[in-house]
Amino acid sequence: MKNNNISCNKSCSKKVDFEYHQRKWRKLIDDGSVLSVLLAGVGGQGILLTSKVLSEAAMLDGLDVKVSEVHGMAQRGGSVVGSVRMGKRVYSPVAGKADFIMSLEKLEALRYINKLKENGFIILSDVEIYPISVYSGDISYPKDINSEIENITFNYIVVKAVEMAKRLNKVRVANIILLGCLSNFIPISYKCWIESIKKNVPHNAIDVNLKAFEEGKRIIN
Amino acid sequence: MANLKNLKLLTGNEAIAQGAYEAGVKIAAAYPGTPSTEILENISKYKEIYCQWSVNEKVAMEFASGSSIAGARTLVAMKHVGLNVAADPFMTLSYTGINGGLVIVFADDPGMHSSQNEQDNRYYSKFSKIPMLEPSDSQEAKDFVKEALNMSEKFDTPVIIRTTTRISHSRSMVRIGERCNSKSGNYKKNCQKYVMIPAYGRKRHKVLLERWKKLTKFAENSELNKICNPPDVSLAGDVGIITSGISYQYAREVFTNTPILKLSITSPIAKKTVKEFANGKKLLIIIEELEPFLEEQIKEANPGIKIIGKEYFPQFGELSLEILEDLYDEIFGTSLFKAISSGNTNSGNIEPEENVKVRSIPQRPPVLCAGCPHRSVFYILKKLKTIVMGDIGCYTLSVLPPLSSLDSCLCMGAGIGQALGMEKADPELKGRIVSVIGDSTFFHSGITPLIDSVYNKGSGLIIILDNRTTAMTGRQVNPGIGKTLMEETTFEEKPEVIARAAGIKNVKVVNPYNLMLLEKTIKEELKKQELSVIVSRQKCVLLDRTKSSERVYIDTDECAKCGLCLKFGCPAIEYRNNEYTINELLCTNCKVCVDICKKGAIKVGDK
Repeated sequence: MKNNNISCNKSCSKKVDFEYHQRKWRKLIDDGSVLSVLLAGVGGQGILLTSKVLSEAAMLDGLDVKVSEVHGMAQRGGSVVGSVRMGKRVYSPVAGKADFIMSLEKLEALRYINKLKENGFIILSDVEIYPISVYSGDISYPKDINSEIENITFNYIVVKAVEMAKRLNKVRVANIILLGCLSNFIPISYKCWIESIKKNVPHNAIDVNLKAFEEGKRIIN
Repeated sequence: MANLKNLKLLTGNEAIAQGAYEAGVKIAAAYPGTPSTEILENISKYKEIYCQWSVNEKVAMEFASGSSIAGARTLVAMKHVGLNVAADPFMTLSYTGINGGLVIVFADDPGMHSSQNEQDNRYYSKFSKIPMLEPSDSQEAKDFVKEALNMSEKFDTPVIIRTTTRISHSRSMVRIGERCNSKSGNYKKNCQKYVMIPAYGRKRHKVLLERWKKLTKFAENSELNKICNPPDVSLAGDVGIITSGISYQYAREVFTNTPILKLSITSPIAKKTVKEFANGKKLLIIIEELEPFLEEQIKEANPGIKIIGKEYFPQFGELSLEILEDLYDEIFGTSLFKAISSGNTNSGNIEPEENVKVRSIPQRPPVLCAGCPHRSVFYILKKLKTIVMGDIGCYTLSVLPPLSSLDSCLCMGAGIGQALGMEKADPELKGRIVSVIGDSTFFHSGITPLIDSVYNKGSGLIIILDNRTTAMTGRQVNPGIGKTLMEETTFEEKPEVIARAAGIKNVKVVNPYNLMLLEKTIKEELKKQELSVIVSRQKCVLLDRTKSSERVYIDTDECAKCGLCLKFGCPAIEYRNNEYTINELLCTNCKVCVDICKKGAIKVGDK
């Protein structure tokens, strides 16, 4: 890989054919399938905003959308998982098995990987946030999460989103970088993504978020 | 791009607020509680509606009753256990009925995402004979507010809207409408209706029994209960599903070839509708979360065919697509359906799904935030080996390691009464028992047990954790803040003033960031033979994070690597590769850990 923003898996090094994925999903959605994205992370990482950008982009593209969010106690630094589902007609807001998992933290990607569909894709941020349990218990933070994921699927992409966001002088845009990466797979038109970002991020941070989205989109192209 | 005019992606709670606005609701009240909190927060955005946080759900319910008597369309909201607090006025409200339409929203929490139990509040409807609507998405959540108010005014009864976490906190598309006018200001004295002395109450009881019959008829003719027939029922024409709320969405997605009766009025149950739906079928599957509430009533209606429900679904937690998929396979893939068709039903149970563990993955429970002012209190209470009778709030998280300090958590306001009970039952425990309660919780239900402890000569220590907000539910104002939900300035209640007025002599206010002083004060107050109150006052770190020019760091040269700082349980203190560090991104500069380190290796320096 010449691009050092991602550490990629074997299938990815052959270059993922995004057009194929987009075409496939457009057809599936036309035929009535529902596309499910699971968003995982640690409370406080901004999952709510991320799922809002994703879901409103789909809505702008004329799809039916349902979102399941987590509020309350679990938000206090706990493991958080939500889902965004889109299609011609969506019933359950909560995904069963997911077509895509986007994780803002590595351990959380591993925690929810059993929710990934057989041919699903997982996109994760190269960030390790140690839970308190690794200090007080006799359990440790897994050493090599990438290879643990590989035991289950080769369909994964690790994005150095926080490093990239730091280079944009805004750590908080890491999530939008990941969304940019995810957008390559999902049949939502580009202008709907942009419109949704403009609508949902703070006014004074629109430019940097748009830039983050572009960078995220580019890393695997 | 799609034209999204008037279409919004709303959570169930946002949709209920929008529904209240459109239905001409004039008055709304609540006490915050997950998953119901955002209903009032969103209502407060509409200037046309007067809204307030009441000190607790009982007061909110009574306030709503008064507002309805005065003629205004009114909404009151709470979480499921909040209705336990409000049950007293709630039960008799069914007798008095209403004047202005009154809708009572309660949000259940199957799966206990943020609650101490998962009681099924639908029984409250049957118990009180107050009718109940259950939306299955945000559009219905909005529409049902108006339906409920119309029903309320038509039948002179409060009407319940019951949601669950997945309805409250899921987003789906909602078509927005205009606000309609509602009348108000038509109060007329009517003591036979509103004064529930026994003589009048007996009459009203008969009125409400009659009303329940009328409501049953109404439900049977209502278009809110819908039958969804799939295009091709050849596969499963013998089977029918009856469901409601979020379970309907799961059922609709999985059982694509089965007729579904979706009940939106789930109490009183539309018996005739159920019987008509069952007609010609061999099997009814009742899909619902928690208790067999619908199942019991459908069996009671006796449609004359096989009914299955809780023998296949868990009576705890949430349902999911996976659980329904398993049942689907069981019914259409294997023996059950054939057995039903041949009249022989004896099939095994389906176990609820267990999370498959990939490896043993470290748990990540919620924790007190970095810089949380509660942390030092619990650090010291653990160090002093006290018995801590807890309460409901962020500070309940102190039960988890490494703080591990709580001994109990029952319900809001319980800790103070429990502490007194313990000390009376075993005087040996005196001097070791502490009860802790938050500021908002103190105003909610801590004052009565406080007075009870004074009256009955308690000797324990009560610590009021005053972080200047209702933190766990998302930082709402409360009587201690001096601001209302409508952002008016108001009187600022002080827990220490209330404690003194109640007759407690030993009342101290301490800043918990001052660890030494806090420890000294707790030790002194524990020694006293009479009741003490310590108000631990420091603003929640989530309220506003002021930027500091200082930074707290660990001097690696002086660090003895003893690990004591990790026992403090602050997420900003990290240990990796045999090195202790402070994560600057998380650290709020509370500096309490500086006093925790015995070697003086935790230091404050410039950024």
